Amino acid sequence: MPMQVSAPTPSITPRHLPGDLAVWFFIFAELAVFGILFIGFGVARSLDPDTFAAGRQVLHPWTGLINTIGLITASYLVATAVQRLRHRQPGVALLLWGAIGASSAYTFGKLWEYADLYGNGYNLGTDTFFMFYFFLTFFHFMHVVLGQIILVVLAVKVKRGDYNGDDMNGMESGASYWHMVDLVWLVMFPMLYVLA
Amino acid sequence: MKYESQRVAMPYFIFALVLFAGQILFGLILGLQYVVGDFLFPEIPFNVARMVHTNLLIVWLLFGFMGATYYMVPEEAQTELHSPLLAWILFWVFAVAGTLTILGYLFVDYATLADVTMNKLLPTMGREFLEQPTITKIGIALVVVGFLYNIMMTALKGRKTVVNIVLITGLIGLAVLWMFSFYNPGNLTLDKYFWWFVVHLWVEGVWELIMGAILAYVLIKVTGVDREVIEKWLYVIIAMALITGIIGTGHHFFWIGPPEYWLWLGSVFSALEPLPFFMMVLFAFNMINRRRRNHPNKAAMLWAMGTAVMAFLGAGVWGFLHTLAPVNYYTHGSQITAAHGHMAFYGAYVMIVLTIISYAMPIMRGRPYGNSNTAQVVEMWGFWLMTISMVFITLFLTGAGILQIWLQRIPESGDALSFMATQDNIALFYWMRLIAGCFFMAGLVVYFGSFFIKGQASPAEEVRGPATQEA
Repeated sequence: MPMQVSAPTPSITPRHLPGDLAVWFFIFAELAVFGILFIGFGVARSLDPDTFAAGRQVLHPWTGLINTIGLITASYLVATAVQRLRHRQPGVALLLWGAIGASSAYTFGKLWEYADLYGNGYNLGTDTFFMFYFFLTFFHFMHVVLGQIILVVLAVKVKRGDYNGDDMNGMESGASYWHMVDLVWLVMFPMLYVLA
Repeated sequence: MKYESQRVAMPYFIFALVLFAGQILFGLILGLQYVVGDFLFPEIPFNVARMVHTNLLIVWLLFGFMGATYYMVPEEAQTELHSPLLAWILFWVFAVAGTLTILGYLFVDYATLADVTMNKLLPTMGREFLEQPTITKIGIALVVVGFLYNIMMTALKGRKTVVNIVLITGLIGLAVLWMFSFYNPGNLTLDKYFWWFVVHLWVEGVWELIMGAILAYVLIKVTGVDREVIEKWLYVIIAMALITGIIGTGHHFFWIGPPEYWLWLGSVFSALEPLPFFMMVLFAFNMINRRRRNHPNKAAMLWAMGTAVMAFLGAGVWGFLHTLAPVNYYTHGSQITAAHGHMAFYGAYVMIVLTIISYAMPIMRGRPYGNSNTAQVVEMWGFWLMTISMVFITLFLTGAGILQIWLQRIPESGDALSFMATQDNIALFYWMRLIAGCFFMAGLVVYFGSFFIKGQASPAEEVRGPATQEA
């Protein structure tokens, strides 16, 4: 007698990709770029651990920590903004502006760090560690700035009433991109400031 | 054809194909000179034949891009071309100047050519691919500026579409980067920098925008898939092309003298350059699977799929093969480079121009649904003969390259063979490459033959699903 197989319980919320598929292609491609750079960093460090350890000593972990807190806070605010928009609650634009403000802790912190290091004679060509440090963080910095521009666009569109919660595609796409940028930093911070 | 002025694309396409035939002819001459060194010497020495081969390629692709643009922009903008007369004048200027330059290469020795064209007033000659006399370079710049003016006036007065925006951005980039060909610094490292700013940022930068736009346009036309879907893909593809391609220029900086960090940046970013090409494959096949109609011009659809696949293989895979600095240390400037160059140019740029010709030419010749079935079958034979021949050319050159590296580059001690001794050892590959080249020429003849077959496709099998307004 065949065994009775019970059908799996249907999930309550249907599977849903937040944002546009095209943005996810973009995100995966970006993660691939960063991923390969991280692998390169690991390989280069294993070949020359002393240079990397010496380079790390020069960095400012406190600035790195403040940058991290700024970005995590911004991500929290963006996620809250998405939830609020979905449930048609007020304050979405304000949350987005808050995220831009919080992430500015990162942008200004980074700029200060660059100015400080550059003033002390460190640059892209100093050694392999600083090549990775400057290139990786500046490449990421540009992504944060792009993310901030996207958040500004989203905030303006929400304010103008272009987004009312019916169609979450634009908002979720922008938020997904932002979280990717945040995620990359969460790997980079310990990698550059602590483990190197 | 919705607008009469689109017809100005026709002479551009025809002239492009004539130059294409010339390029292949010189390719065969070169292929033979590889193994029979004094063939046609002293009339056409190897370096001259090579210059003609590569310059014809660049010029005919430019003709192809211009033809494509004259065809696409009015239809996308839904308006007549700003000035068909200007397009005709520029066609003749460019055709005459291009022909004179090639004849100059062939009938005057290069030093004399530099003298008579007064190169010393603004020395720009003597660099690979940019061998054109300064006066020709100025001519190209003027033609492109006139062309851009005509195109932008057209685009601005009509409907703004993503295809037009991407295409014109690519063309503006092409024009702007061309300016670097006029700067010829004495420092060899700087010289190479600026040389690559033209060469690399063309083929691995702005030309990819042009290619993406043409591919998107043809896919919109033959599949009837919604414009929004195709535009979204186009945006992602060109974003990836620029992200990887611009810093990817670094893979040319490995051994020319700049700081060491280029070994890393060049390796990492160019390792990702296959991504946009891979996306183009997904893009083309996805759109064709989701097609809303069976366009009777099947040949154009074949070219569109073919260009995506071959560009990925040639530019993506064969580029990746030797792009990482530790690998490139051995492969630099070997036959591997030649293998990559052949398949990448054919797959990406030759095939995209042939795609738009395959789509647009029948329409301009009064066959809105494409050529007759017979003509299409012959064209597809041309497609397969040329494409398969190119695959073999690439494989034979790759074989030659691997052996070359093994004999000439890898041995650490004094066992390494000299350049010429190595060449003798890989001659068999060159002979096989020459045979594959002859098949390519045969494919080209078959392809040309398809243009002379009369008749047109019928619209009978046109609709597959609900047609869209774009279809």
